Amino acid sequence: MATAVKSRRSGPDAPERGRPARPVSPERRQGRAAYVFLTPWLLGLCLVTAVPLGASLYLAFTDYNILSTPNFTGLDNFERMLGDERFWAACAVTARYVFVSVPLQLVFALLLAVALDRGLRGLAFYRGGFYLPSLLGSSVAIAILWRELFGHDGLVNDALAFVGIEGQSWLQNPSTALSTLIVLNVWTFGSPMVIFLAGLRQIPEQYYEAARVDGASRLRQFWHITVPILTPIIFFNLILQTIGAFQTFTQAHVISGGTGGPVDSTLFYTLYVYQQGFRDFDMGYASALAWVLLLVIGAVTAVHFVLSKYWVFYGDD
Amino acid sequence: MIDAAPLADAGARRRRRRRPPTALLKHGALLLFLSLMVYPLVWMVVSAFKPAHLILTDPGLIPAEVTFENFQEGWYALNRPFSLFFVNSLVVTVGSILGNLFSCSLAAYALARLEFRTRRLFFAITLVSVMLPMHVLIIPQYIFFSQLGWVDTYLPLLIPKLLATDAFFVFLMVQFIRGIPRDLDRAAAIDGAGPFRIFWYVVFPLMRPALVTTTIFTFIWTWNDFFTPLIYLTSTDMYTVPVALSSMVSAESQQGIGMLFAMSLLSLLPVILFFVFAQRYLIRGMVTSGLK
Repeated sequence: MATAVKSRRSGPDAPERGRPARPVSPERRQGRAAYVFLTPWLLGLCLVTAVPLGASLYLAFTDYNILSTPNFTGLDNFERMLGDERFWAACAVTARYVFVSVPLQLVFALLLAVALDRGLRGLAFYRGGFYLPSLLGSSVAIAILWRELFGHDGLVNDALAFVGIEGQSWLQNPSTALSTLIVLNVWTFGSPMVIFLAGLRQIPEQYYEAARVDGASRLRQFWHITVPILTPIIFFNLILQTIGAFQTFTQAHVISGGTGGPVDSTLFYTLYVYQQGFRDFDMGYASALAWVLLLVIGAVTAVHFVLSKYWVFYGDD
Repeated sequence: MIDAAPLADAGARRRRRRRPPTALLKHGALLLFLSLMVYPLVWMVVSAFKPAHLILTDPGLIPAEVTFENFQEGWYALNRPFSLFFVNSLVVTVGSILGNLFSCSLAAYALARLEFRTRRLFFAITLVSVMLPMHVLIIPQYIFFSQLGWVDTYLPLLIPKLLATDAFFVFLMVQFIRGIPRDLDRAAAIDGAGPFRIFWYVVFPLMRPALVTTTIFTFIWTWNDFFTPLIYLTSTDMYTVPVALSSMVSAESQQGIGMLFAMSLLSLLPVILFFVFAQRYLIRGMVTSGLK
């Protein structure tokens, strides 16, 4: 190994000292030091990440339930999924949540970022105010607040009553329970907004000046200058928020009391994995479910990357 | 708002005569929207100080009477002082911060500065593991930690942090170290410093902004984390604040709303305080790394 490193490293980075016979060359010392520095990371990679990843793949093909030793059952778990209504319910709930709340969240983030850009007074104040919810959004406390907001006597119904609309039990009604969680996710648009703001600052003012000279309206400036230049950042936010949304757990657990109800309408995928693995201790099946989640997230991310060729614009081409 | 002061530049003034009303309109709309967004939080704060029977019947912001009984009741709702859960959360949070600062900075320095054969591979692994959902690891991890007898201790929460498994922070620090001029390393090397001393005396002190960002985000994420403590902590005395809150939800009926709000509010205070005092670092950290 030392020779390989040595032959590569002869540039200005590693000045030859004319003492090749030294017992431990600086390069080799670096290589050794690197592994010392990386010891915690390597341990973590093996024990906390790689081995569990492999183990859960193995468990996915077994009937492990913590009490007995795992028996290899082939594809049984995956066949079971096909006929498992709650699995499909969890998929539907999670898909609706991801594909509705993430785009909505990003639209809000982008519009607010544009509204705050370009020398608006009090930027820091607004930015802070809009950003705060995204720091709090994943906490149990906010989930509790949401329960009460959308409860029968909650603030939302009070507000509706004020304008003369009869409210309802948003959380008891299977057709609206998920929407309250979508609203919660949209409420945390502050973090993508801050990233958009940073991106907006990179756009040269001249582009807009030129457009104004040509008589382009604000809307056309937004659509033909801002959006195309921001597409890489939109893409980045989309990937990040999508991966995060797939893993939503806390809010669903608190709002439904851990059941995913009413009628499985808030049975998020991760909540179902939790129920199978840690309530029913059906860990073989739960591992299979978790691996399907991993594959789905991987596939969705891959599709996003493929599609990005058609809409993400990188300045230099 | 009065903020929309006219610009000093005389030439611009004529063109911008129409500006103040639009700016005012914009501020009005923004303020309206901001109040709408923050209103639920304000409602929670106000409700926490309202007598329990008034919370749902009187939605107004100015309470008819102010009371602290929600806090007094909530504090002992789980038959032990709530301070216990705060201390537990603090132990886990501080431990996680120290673990992340230690392990991630070591790994990041090696990945950013040292030459070794597997460097590119290791860096790629770091990037991929950022995206790995924890649910796919949690079952074997649970089995492993329970065989070690670590269930209902803080070790399953802390040991992974000590082993640099928060790949996001490794990535963040690698990016940051790459921005530190290598000349500083070389100068130290010429003076005879090896990798360890270069790290400790040159790179580590210069990493401060990245370390601050890591501290803040580890704090907020660990403080809010619910899933991991829910799985590993089984006895009430070990609960962190989110698990304690969640068990109050299942224990209480409607009449407990007041104390739920009071305790929820207390649980959010540290995050809000962090936000108020470290906003600058927060925003900067977000922008360089795209964190939530």
